[in-house]
Amino acid sequence: MSAGKLKTHAAEDVEPGDAVRPGHPVEVSRYTVGARINHWITALSLILLALSGLALFTPSLFFLTGLFGGGQWTRAIHPWIGVVLFFSFAGLFLRFWRANLPAREDGTWLARISDVLRGREERLPEIGKYNAGQKFVFWGMSALIVILIASGVVMWDQYFYPYTSIEQKRVAILVHSIAAVAIICVWIIHVYAAIWVKGTIGAMTRGKVTGGWAWRHHRKWLRELVGTRPGKRPPTPAE
Amino acid sequence: MFPAIPNPNVATDAAAPRFGEKDILRRSASTVTPPATRLTEVAKLIDVSKCIGCKACQAACLEWNNLTEEIGFNHGIYTNPMDLTPDTFTLMRFTEWVNPETENLEWLIRKDGCMHCEDPGCLKACPAPGAIVQYSNGIVDFQHDNCIGCGYCIKGCPFNIPRISKVDHTAYKCTLCSDRVAVGQGPACQKACPTQAIVFGTKDEMKEWADFRIKDLKSRGFENAGLYDPPGVGGTHVMYVLHHADTPSIYAGLPDNPRISPLVDAWKGVTKYVGLAVMGFAAAAGFLHYVVAGPNKVSEEDEENAERLADGAPPPTPAGPVERRTP
Repeated sequence: MSAGKLKTHAAEDVEPGDAVRPGHPVEVSRYTVGARINHWITALSLILLALSGLALFTPSLFFLTGLFGGGQWTRAIHPWIGVVLFFSFAGLFLRFWRANLPAREDGTWLARISDVLRGREERLPEIGKYNAGQKFVFWGMSALIVILIASGVVMWDQYFYPYTSIEQKRVAILVHSIAAVAIICVWIIHVYAAIWVKGTIGAMTRGKVTGGWAWRHHRKWLRELVGTRPGKRPPTPAE
Repeated sequence: MFPAIPNPNVATDAAAPRFGEKDILRRSASTVTPPATRLTEVAKLIDVSKCIGCKACQAACLEWNNLTEEIGFNHGIYTNPMDLTPDTFTLMRFTEWVNPETENLEWLIRKDGCMHCEDPGCLKACPAPGAIVQYSNGIVDFQHDNCIGCGYCIKGCPFNIPRISKVDHTAYKCTLCSDRVAVGQGPACQKACPTQAIVFGTKDEMKEWADFRIKDLKSRGFENAGLYDPPGVGGTHVMYVLHHADTPSIYAGLPDNPRISPLVDAWKGVTKYVGLAVMGFAAAAGFLHYVVAGPNKVSEEDEENAERLADGAPPPTPAGPVERRTP
């Protein structure tokens, strides 16, 4: 099915590779294999950065340097993982930014955040590929990663020591630590949401979710996908 | 003249160090029980007014610490190298200063190096346990086995002293010759100084000697002569006698009121504790939410609706405020 090619006229939150396949249950392709590899490289980098960064952030977690081969290795490797994360996330950004642009229903979704937290989806508007919470995670990560790489370069003494003053490095290190705390909190929200909303993790492992999941959480997106399918019926009957 | 420190006792039983592990007052990134009794605080006093700029101290420092500085360039002034390096723990900084009152050119020569602060910013900023220690006699020393080369000490230091070696990626600075002091000797720079511009002894002795020197300077017309023992860092164990103590910054940028940067305090203080609390709170909130709200599951009805939609059947009624059937 070359559904991807037909998306040009579709709503901007349908991304290349998104497709719906009727069956029992309906299968919905949410992430291409490229997007998933891209995501997991970013995820692994972020986790390694959090562990190595926390090790240098507070003495009570210094023991985490043991995971990286000691303090010297931790100090040397942390910025390089940061570079990997920056470029890897840049890939994710290019893939996902369009679908994360604000939509009219985001305001309603946010206004009914207590229904969101209670899992009362029926009281929420129909949502595109991403809800306002996911968009918050996306833009939060984007902004914080830019802040972290910029402040990180300033404090990367091995290569960039002569280019900034000590006072600028002090500002950078404070900004870096605050941004790191913030991004870890955003990451906790991201991971928790994936665990809480059952059926989500498959989107990033196998690339697929069930039709029910899409119906329940991203109905607008599902309708758009169904609407862009070439035929009303699949070429072969399901099962 | 200040009485010279006698030559070392070469008897074998005299070799036992006079201070060590048991005298550690502060240890970076660790909590230590301070020793019950504090050693007598030592200090090095650098009398800028007596310095002739011979650099014997700089040479003695290289020699005692077995360091070799790169051959550099003449930048048109006597200061050489132009800054402290991982191999140059102490540096004569030469400043040509025109005294606005007398219109006289004054050649200010200051021996720069670690001040051995009573409240050391380097130690406060250091993330590696035991990489920086402060002995109860006031000496702040770097332990290279524990150093990870992050350079946080540079950000913590109010005097811009530590330097990271590109060879072994650890931080270097003046040790106040802790190895010499441990066996009853003064620092190498002090030993080499031909004019007693550098003297070494207990902090009280040094303050007394400084008073004597300051009185002498005042009697010679240096009204603003004074001791540089900045209270912002709790005092230092390397002090200066300055003929213009009212303006320390004319001596090649010696800070007027050094203190640990509030940025460093914020980073190592409130950010650390609030940051850990916020992250812990986020994780706990997630856990609690799961316990209270339960998992957000897709129902059979959701699947059926999706199947109907995908099959092109009339789309089910849009979401409204209806009760959800639990599966």
